Amino acid sequence: MGGDHPPDAPVGQEVVLTAADRDMLEGGHGSGVAFAMGLVVKLAEVTGAPGLVDISGAHIDGCLYHGESGIDYVEHLVDGGAKVAVPTTLNVSSLDLLHPDLYRGSTETATAAKRLMDLHVALGCEPTWTCAPYQLPARPGQGEQVAWGESNAIVFANSVLGARTNRYGDFADLACAITGRAPFSGLHTDEGRAATVIVELDIDESWLGHELIFPLLGHWIGMSCGKGIPVIIGLDARVGEDDLKALGAAAASSGATAMFHAVGVTPEAATLDDATRGREVPVLRVSGADLVAIRESLGFARSRLGAVSVGTPHMSGAEMRKLADMIRGRESAVPFYVNTSRSVYGNVGADVTGALDGFGVTVVTDTCTYITPILGDVEGAVMTNSAKWAHYAPGNLGVDVAFGSLAECVASAVSGRVELDDPFVS
Amino acid sequence: MRTMLVDGIASGPLMVLSEPLSFWGGVDPETGTIIDRSHPAVGESVAAKVLYMPYGRGSSSSASVIAESIRNGAGPLGFILGELDEIVVTGVFVANALYGTRVPVIVAELSDDTRGPILVDARGARSVEAH
Repeated sequence: MGGDHPPDAPVGQEVVLTAADRDMLEGGHGSGVAFAMGLVVKLAEVTGAPGLVDISGAHIDGCLYHGESGIDYVEHLVDGGAKVAVPTTLNVSSLDLLHPDLYRGSTETATAAKRLMDLHVALGCEPTWTCAPYQLPARPGQGEQVAWGESNAIVFANSVLGARTNRYGDFADLACAITGRAPFSGLHTDEGRAATVIVELDIDESWLGHELIFPLLGHWIGMSCGKGIPVIIGLDARVGEDDLKALGAAAASSGATAMFHAVGVTPEAATLDDATRGREVPVLRVSGADLVAIRESLGFARSRLGAVSVGTPHMSGAEMRKLADMIRGRESAVPFYVNTSRSVYGNVGADVTGALDGFGVTVVTDTCTYITPILGDVEGAVMTNSAKWAHYAPGNLGVDVAFGSLAECVASAVSGRVELDDPFVS
Repeated sequence: MRTMLVDGIASGPLMVLSEPLSFWGGVDPETGTIIDRSHPAVGESVAAKVLYMPYGRGSSSSASVIAESIRNGAGPLGFILGELDEIVVTGVFVANALYGTRVPVIVAELSDDTRGPILVDARGARSVEAH
């Protein structure tokens, strides 16, 4: 720029539409479908997609209330006679419908938020209300084309499940669900899934088994790799889904990561060559000192502890059982929140729910403590084991954060002070 | 790739973000104020500015917050992106369709000496002389 900068290619590739696509675009299925197809075609145009691809499912992020525009959009689709064309799950909303008393916001906002939720159900979406749709019984398999919103779900679908989705924003995920089509570009294609940067771990072996390595490394990747697709070398092959969830969620909140590979761990990275498709790509090294610095930036409040919030993204059944084992027979000195889905919570069993009750846990379903007013006025720092929560909560809630492992969160809750003993504390 | 991602026209002061910004969790859609405490421009407002971002960041909810800020008249007048960001395109495209606004989104690089005011239209993005 700096002077005239005429668009050098006003229109790039022409998107080739099928007769059925064109029929949708031109109103053959009603004005709602036409509006949705207009957005899908726009995204195909800007991403250079040669055409559209069928999807087998969708996950919708737009059911969280941000203002009237969300309602205006979905109402426009409902009024235009649209319905989702594929099985479609819903992300967290602003309300916990199972525990409505937890909500401390205005009645006006709650009414609007509920209306937005109802409108999505009217379109035929399933009322799952979770940011971790990959924990639901039906989830896409390797190579399956889907359209997912919610940044942590997107990165999990691509990286851990091997399903294929671009990074769809609110509105776009729903437009794909209604048309059953997505732009055939980026992460939907073989070529678009190749790793663009190698991340080598230059980290003390004894640290690699620590659970905090995953959120810290993820946060570093988001900061360092931009929109690129990293391939990580050096992760233990036994790493579990919950650790990969923490890594991906952190990377997708500190940056724009939509997919990562980990050699020997993720489905498209049996070897480094598989991940890079044999291409030479730059190498970044991450050191222990880098992760200590990230840990510091995520919140080091050592002050009085006001509350603890874990389960961002939503806690899995395995994480709930792990937490139950840590807290059984103990009591929290501060409010302790666990965010999970109604599906996971409904299946964990009385042993786990009994342990949570005994400790004094407040279970939050359908929503999450960092996106809606649940915590109220907190005296002191809020502790979390989620890099994503630590990243967003200061802006959203105006709270100070202390970041730590699940065990540190529990120990701190019991003593009422922030207790840190992990190796990343400088 | 086409550089004019969403058609429209904008003229106003340039605001350059050195680091990417997630609108969701990063901007108050009522006022346009940047609320992300980790962002260097925290406290400044994107309202009534032509906004340059190297690329988008973070939440897929940003499309909603961008649309909501435009609905409230608190959003940027136009977006200049260092590289394609589909979430920005989505939020602006929907807001323009629902509310009849003409907020443009364009991909262009800024040279270091670029200063506002700036004009963005079908011919690209360029500095205009202040009167």
